[in-house]
Amino acid sequence: MTKSNLTTNISTRRKIVNNLMTILVIVAVVLAVIPLIYILADVFIQGGPVINLTFLTHLPTAIDVPGGGIANALVGSFIMVGLAALISIPIGVGAGIFFSEWSSSKLSTVSGFMNDVLTGFPSMVLGLFVFVIIVIATKEFSAFAGAVALSFVMIPIIARTTGESLKLVPMTLREASMALGIPRWKTVLSVVISTGKDGLLTGILLAVARATGETAPLLLTAGYSNYVLSGLFQQTGSLTVLIFNYATSSNASWEAQAWGAALVLVLIMLALNLSVRLVIGRKLTETRMVYA
Amino acid sequence: MQFKPLRGDTILTIVLAAAALSIIGLLVGLAVELYLGAASAIYKFGTAFLIGSEWNTNKDILGALPFIYGTLLTSAIAILIGLPISLGVAIFISEKLNNHQTIGYLLGTMVDLLAAVPSVIYGLWGIFVLAPLLRDYVETPLHNSLGFIPLFSGTPSTSSFLTAGIILAIMIIPTMSAVSRDVLKAVPNSQREAMYSLGATEWEVTQKSVLPYARSGIFGAFVLGLGRAVGETMAVTMVIGNIPSITANLFSSGQTLSSLIANEFGESYGLYRSAIIEIGLILFLVALLINVFARLLLWRMTRGTRVKV
Repeated sequence: MTKSNLTTNISTRRKIVNNLMTILVIVAVVLAVIPLIYILADVFIQGGPVINLTFLTHLPTAIDVPGGGIANALVGSFIMVGLAALISIPIGVGAGIFFSEWSSSKLSTVSGFMNDVLTGFPSMVLGLFVFVIIVIATKEFSAFAGAVALSFVMIPIIARTTGESLKLVPMTLREASMALGIPRWKTVLSVVISTGKDGLLTGILLAVARATGETAPLLLTAGYSNYVLSGLFQQTGSLTVLIFNYATSSNASWEAQAWGAALVLVLIMLALNLSVRLVIGRKLTETRMVYA
Repeated sequence: MQFKPLRGDTILTIVLAAAALSIIGLLVGLAVELYLGAASAIYKFGTAFLIGSEWNTNKDILGALPFIYGTLLTSAIAILIGLPISLGVAIFISEKLNNHQTIGYLLGTMVDLLAAVPSVIYGLWGIFVLAPLLRDYVETPLHNSLGFIPLFSGTPSTSSFLTAGIILAIMIIPTMSAVSRDVLKAVPNSQREAMYSLGATEWEVTQKSVLPYARSGIFGAFVLGLGRAVGETMAVTMVIGNIPSITANLFSSGQTLSSLIANEFGESYGLYRSAIIEIGLILFLVALLINVFARLLLWRMTRGTRVKV
């Protein structure tokens, strides 16, 4: 019996419902993809003409004075994300190794669960926390406070990706190493980590990308400044807060610069995210860019 | 036979356990510090804070109801629009493209990329592109044809609950579709084969055997999406107008819990600042509740295959 013979038994109504749902599902896919293309196209079209060397290397000028740039924000973002990475990578990777290699311990279960909860936390709350413990205490917004806030965003992401990717390292590798008389700590630090290093790198790249795009925590901790910072305990501009300030400024030339800064930010984000996918390769397809 | 642990092992265990402990410390520290910061407002206002609808910083009459309302309304709009679309994407990738893994992977990557776009860029696009579009092509026609319904009775404007809700919908689609995709993939093929062997159509298989099997996981996706919508700050701040209001009118400006903090923490002091920190504490507790609930749900759903979200 051929397939067409079988399908003749299906009533018209069921066929119509089936086709209708197929169409609806395709409509949903189109609706989900349109905003991405629309946003990226707008950022490129409106931001492209703004970007040139002056824009990238000069400080902001007074309102409506041409020749202003975003150097203050680029330096601020770079320093804060860098410092946040220095704080969060050791803690995040350490906790991730603990989740994977000591996975049967109670601490690992509890801490792993709390880490999962933290990955879904509003970054605003983390910013407010740093505002309370650092900014109110030191009585000033600072690049340091901004970096601490960003590190709180990064730690859960790094810990989780590290833990997940080390769990994928086959148990037989650990057993082989232990059977050769290599102690556990050396097994973990050499065999397990070198096998799972791609996953580790992925986690770090994703966390850096996420931190680079954060605005709310920086608004509450780093403040804003039109100048390049000369110390960690000063206010500093950042790419994201600059976009926010300019976009809500009701001034046409600043609005245009907001699109330019947005394009710079999007290019950084795309580079970080695509390098995860392309450089490290498809074997890590399980790794997600989505951190709910 | 029990071996005595070697010294290197002990050191590594302690160092790594300290890192793991610091994560617990972070969450506990958050709760404690926010509570201490909010203490004077909690003491002064008590539960009246949650039901008070007036926010007058000059007279120290501070009620958070307009912001709670704004958060609930914008999140509800986001879920109503975002959940069906996310489910559609998940069904398309896991059920329709199950023989085309590469296309499914590419499509999944594209939707995932939406999550990589920083929220301030959603806000920028929202102000200059989406808000005018919605005002002219969605709000105005709705107002003209259905203006007798309170929801659409207001004057169409660019800063509105509706704009904020739709921006949020776009932002939570990647989260919800990624989780639903994993959950649908975890449905065993025998479920589908059994239905096909009874002569079911593709949709009947999805509707009657795949979705019911995955329903608690889909609920988890819904809860995680809700968590993201509730906590989102920048994009909402940029399009909602930042005026506290409680109204059924979707075209009205409003304020949410997180947008209030972003707008007002700077000029705050004393009791006013404490009240803003209390709003942060409310946000913390809501986020905690939502995330713990969603995680437990997803852990139960996928005992065998861990869902990565």
